[in-house]
Amino acid sequence: MNPELVATVIKLVVIVGFLINVVPVMLWVERRGSAYIQDRPGPNRLGPLGLFQGLADAAKFMFKEDVTPAAADKPLFIMAPILALLPAFTTFAVIPFGPDLQVGGRTVPLLIANADTGVLLFLAVASLSVYALVMAGYASNNKFSLMGAIRASAQLISYELALTLSVLAAIIPASSFHLADVIQYQRDHVWSVLPQFVGFVVFVIAAFAETNRLPFDLPEAESELVAGFHTEYSAMRFATFFMAEYISMTCLSALGVTLYLGGWSLPWVEYHGWWGAILGFATLIAKISVCLAFFVWVRWTFPRFRYDQLMRLGWKVLLPLAIANLIGVSAATVAGWL
Amino acid sequence: METLIFALFASLALGSSIVVVAHKNPIYSTLSLVVTLFSVAVLFVLLGAPFLGVLQILIYAGAIVVLFLFVVMLLNVQREEMPHSGQPGQRVAALLGAVVFAAFLVLLFWRAGSPQGQPLTEEFVSLKALARQLFSTYLLPFEIVGLLLLVAVIGATVAARKPPEVEETASKEAAP
Repeated sequence: MNPELVATVIKLVVIVGFLINVVPVMLWVERRGSAYIQDRPGPNRLGPLGLFQGLADAAKFMFKEDVTPAAADKPLFIMAPILALLPAFTTFAVIPFGPDLQVGGRTVPLLIANADTGVLLFLAVASLSVYALVMAGYASNNKFSLMGAIRASAQLISYELALTLSVLAAIIPASSFHLADVIQYQRDHVWSVLPQFVGFVVFVIAAFAETNRLPFDLPEAESELVAGFHTEYSAMRFATFFMAEYISMTCLSALGVTLYLGGWSLPWVEYHGWWGAILGFATLIAKISVCLAFFVWVRWTFPRFRYDQLMRLGWKVLLPLAIANLIGVSAATVAGWL
Repeated sequence: METLIFALFASLALGSSIVVVAHKNPIYSTLSLVVTLFSVAVLFVLLGAPFLGVLQILIYAGAIVVLFLFVVMLLNVQREEMPHSGQPGQRVAALLGAVVFAAFLVLLFWRAGSPQGQPLTEEFVSLKALARQLFSTYLLPFEIVGLLLLVAVIGATVAARKPPEVEETASKEAAP
């Protein structure tokens, strides 16, 4: 057995296991968090503090009737949730989740896709998530779904620009697309969030828009479009969209944490061997959890953006800001400040 | 292993490109185009140009085809109903095209063994080397391409703008 293959399979199991388990935890956090913000108890009947609510939800999704509209485009209808899930899982492949491990005389880097084009791979696969929404909206044969899908794709491609530019600005001081180099740069200097605060703000706003989370959730606006592009989806297919949204939130949080908040590393802490790897992974999970809690907090605090406000923000505010940030960071790097 | 991956993705690229041309529903054609581009990107990576492969997905499959899809969905392009158009000489043209294609294939396999048919480099193209070349030897073409893209953006903005007279009448009608 090729040892590299074995190592990759083990890493895959760890990461996929982590990502799948995020979903029920996030369900609970979302519901209890929203209840706390709205001054009500939230789920508290199933298990202590309502912790088994996720199990009940999973059971419900599995046993509910799966309704497919008669005039829907069946192959696309079935493919869309799967296509939503694939980019969500794949994007985590380039994120390092710990320091390099020394196992039996060889160095095992703790990331699944050890490619030189790390961040570009993330952005490329993330840009494929538009197709799932478009396919879902079109295949449902439903005017509201189509409207939701078109709004969603316009929103996604508009905010992709700001996201890409802020990501580029974050990697310029590190001079490498590979995220392990970015983390090493932040360990040698300071977390990028401090010198590049503008870029961080642009990234956070663009991340909210990329995952269709409030205040940018017009594609799934309950009060406007019934449920937007996933109106016609019930039971397990809807659960798949749900999962895809939470997992893409996790992956974007992981990217933001890696680019701006130091990734798996804490300042002034040395990482050695297996304990170092476990500590690094735990640190990454902790930082991602803080980001996910922030996602939930913002969702239940702000009202929704109207569509034209959303587009105006993306093109007329965030894009110039991101470009200015890129120019500033490039100048600072050339001048030697960063 | 590499041969297996190549065989898989090359046949996927061929199959999906046939679907792009032959399918009646334009949405399926566009989505098959995405599959084609994805397979070609994998072939680029196999050839040792990972940067090009990633850029293919990022730009072509992730942005350009999305715009294709927009146009197809918004303009409600209908399914092609007629299986055959009545154009005369279609069969002769198709036969001629097939003969030319076969000639190209023969030429390709014949030349593959000759010195001109060897690959340019055997290793993976490193990103740093590519960047250095791009910003030193090929700086002028790089800047010109950037200028070209800027001209395209300006042209698109100007072309998509409403002419001023229509704007005035529209605002007069909108005001009650």
